[in-house]
Amino acid sequence: MNASTDLKDSLTAPPSAALSMPVQNGAEIVLRVLQEQQVEVIFGYPGGAVLPIYDALFKQNAIRHVLVRHEQAAVHAAEGYARSTGRVGVVLVTSGPGATNAVTGLLDALMDSVPLVCLTGQVPTHMIGNDAFQEADTTGITRPVTKHNYLVKRPGDLARTLHEAFYVARSGRPGPVVVDLPKDIMVGPSSYTPASEAPHRSYRPVREPAREAVQAAVAAMRRARRPLFYTGGGVINSGSAASEALGRLVRLTGFPCTSTLMGLGAYPTTDPQFLGMLGMHGTYEANLATHGCDVLINLGARFDDRVTGRLDSFSPHSTKIHVDIDASSINKIVRVDIPVVGDAGRAIAMMIEAWEWSDVPVDRDTLAAWWRQIDGWRAIDSLAYKQDPSPSAVIKPQHAIRRLHALARETGRDTFVTTEVGQHQMWAATHFQYDRPNRWMTSGGLGTMGYGLPAAVGVQVAHPDALVIDIAGEASTLMNIQELGTIAQYRLPVKLFILNNRYMGMVRQWQELLHGSRYSESYSASLPDFVKLADAFQATGMRATSLGELDDVIRRMLAHDGPVVADICVDETENCYPMIPSGAAHNEMILGPEQSDRAARITDEGLMLI
Amino acid sequence: MQEDPQISAVIAVLVENESGVLARVIGLFSGRGYNIESLTVAPVEDGGNKSRINIVTSGTPMVIEQIKALLYRLVPVHRVSDLTQIGPHVAREMALIKVVGTGEPRTEALRLAEAFRARAVDSTTGSFVFELTGASEKIETFIDLMRPLGLVEVSRTGIAAIARGPKTI
Ligand SMILES: Cc1ncc(C[n+]2csc(CCOP(=O)(O)OP(=O)(O)O)c2C)c(N)n1
Ligand SMILES: [Mg+2]
Repeated sequence: MNASTDLKDSLTAPPSAALSMPVQNGAEIVLRVLQEQQVEVIFGYPGGAVLPIYDALFKQNAIRHVLVRHEQAAVHAAEGYARSTGRVGVVLVTSGPGATNAVTGLLDALMDSVPLVCLTGQVPTHMIGNDAFQEADTTGITRPVTKHNYLVKRPGDLARTLHEAFYVARSGRPGPVVVDLPKDIMVGPSSYTPASEAPHRSYRPVREPAREAVQAAVAAMRRARRPLFYTGGGVINSGSAASEALGRLVRLTGFPCTSTLMGLGAYPTTDPQFLGMLGMHGTYEANLATHGCDVLINLGARFDDRVTGRLDSFSPHSTKIHVDIDASSINKIVRVDIPVVGDAGRAIAMMIEAWEWSDVPVDRDTLAAWWRQIDGWRAIDSLAYKQDPSPSAVIKPQHAIRRLHALARETGRDTFVTTEVGQHQMWAATHFQYDRPNRWMTSGGLGTMGYGLPAAVGVQVAHPDALVIDIAGEASTLMNIQELGTIAQYRLPVKLFILNNRYMGMVRQWQELLHGSRYSESYSASLPDFVKLADAFQATGMRATSLGELDDVIRRMLAHDGPVVADICVDETENCYPMIPSGAAHNEMILGPEQSDRAARITDEGLMLI
Repeated sequence: MQEDPQISAVIAVLVENESGVLARVIGLFSGRGYNIESLTVAPVEDGGNKSRINIVTSGTPMVIEQIKALLYRLVPVHRVSDLTQIGPHVAREMALIKVVGTGEPRTEALRLAEAFRARAVDSTTGSFVFELTGASEKIETFIDLMRPLGLVEVSRTGIAAIARGPKTI
């Protein structure tokens, strides 16, 4: 599929009821485009500048609107929707503060390549520039936090611009697109134009990788002695077929596979060929394999600093293959030997084909030796933690997540996990298991506390019958706690599973390791009673304070067919290991107290890095 | 990576002539800390629907590659071409240079202007405005020469560049 057929996708929409309507105003045209783009739901919050759109929404039934409680949450909800379905998420917010509140969400979506269309209200065109009430330079403010943005200045441009916004959001490297809609254009008459069949004038991202590049990659893979797949969110963004193909390629080659935070679930995390996540809180085996490999095959990942650690010693002996749909990701941070620009799924499919045709012999013995080395690293069991088994024991957060996974699996339900940001996020990444793509939603690039609860709203709206759990920290939860109101209104059975360590744990951990245990402002003082809070929002509150209560609380939470807030009081001092301190190399990992008292050299530059 | 030498590049970008496109290009440089040594823009093609931006920038070869890829990623960008890479090119700019003075320095300024083929596009009894077109170095030399002769103001266009020979971007 190429860019132009992508555009045509939108034309296969069934003719909508709206087509027979008489002269329509701009707001009605907006809804007509959304319908043609097969939008089922939008996440939004009303205000003066978007009242005409809300009026048009009121008069139709084709598109649902989910009323959030804060515009940032609207964007995260749309992200949750998009990432769990592979479709474009849609947001509607008012001008001025509505648009500025959306900014964090937009940047979150940009950094994690999530396709969104965000419609923002704007003051009437003749008032733009007057510092009018609730005016903001929305295109100016959102330019660096979106893939692209538009201000619609003429009614005749409205429909075309909106169609284009969907095309831009989903094609190439996906991302958020803002369309700023002045109120006079929404109120005044407008004309409809269907999505263009012609390719875009200037934006035509390359999907199809160059055959020679793939062949060069496969030749290097066949000669590899210590190969490693390093997969990222690009594989998931490419669609479920890409993840299936990845599974085939990994098994076909017999190579080990690691994944970034964003890529979890593309390859089953329970599979023996999976080494766990790599990077700052990745497993010992994944990081040492990255350090020691001789051919590194990056599929849809971007050499983020959380993955590479110290750059001059990142995977120092490897030939690097990098598949990315975004040419600007290639050679941005790490110089690669074989760049492959194009869609990850296509590249994987072509790799399988080239692998099967190739007559370059594969040295199975050296591969077996590589696996023996990896198994040696694995034996360290870097994620191990010590849970005191007595019923009165303090709950270890890792254990709570393992139990959550085991008991969720027993229900046999399709399970989606979102997270907030902090230690719990890393534990959710490493102690929960993800066997399918699009089941894991976390804020990777931006690390936005407050992402998980609204994202869970979006996931649950998209999958009403699924089990949706936000694995949260108590501090992050409070950043978008108002979304319990949205959850109540739509009776979304979201499970908010709070690993309450009474600290901004990740901050506390860094202060312990890098700032002489001076816990400056990282204690979560004056916490609300989360059980009572649940009650206030018509959810069910539960609490576990000791190991003996844990399984029961999880079971009751999973069995309850409504929203639950589970306050899991966990060890306040637990740290997230292994850890590569900022500024250290992969072979300078700090292991937990269970594994070793080896300490990494925490360099002075490490203090400067974030 | 840091030890790589800095190189200079002249990049021509053909863009859709729409509002905000220049802000996107400039934002890309300022947001990522890249240099802009010169930037010019004007409509050139397609009845004014396409503009050409000429950018002179510098950085390590990796940074220059990155800049080109990032420019190409912008939605309204049609083409990105590195004139320093595709072969020899011509780069010219125009400057308006105001010199104020009388007597000996004034005659000297006029004499030098003739030698440089600068045109006096405005003259009063106490001032000249010279128009000079050429490579940046030539303009800089001329400005330096005018300094002791009463130079008071300079206005420069920045560089317009094009490949030599029949090749196009
Ligand atoms: C919006 C935002 N502000 C600040 C931070 C910095 N930060 C990262 S983790 C963290 C603490 C999170 O605490 P909590 O949610 O309780 O999770 P824990 O680490 O304890 O599991 C903070 C403050 C952030 N990531 N996002
Ligand atoms: Mg906490």
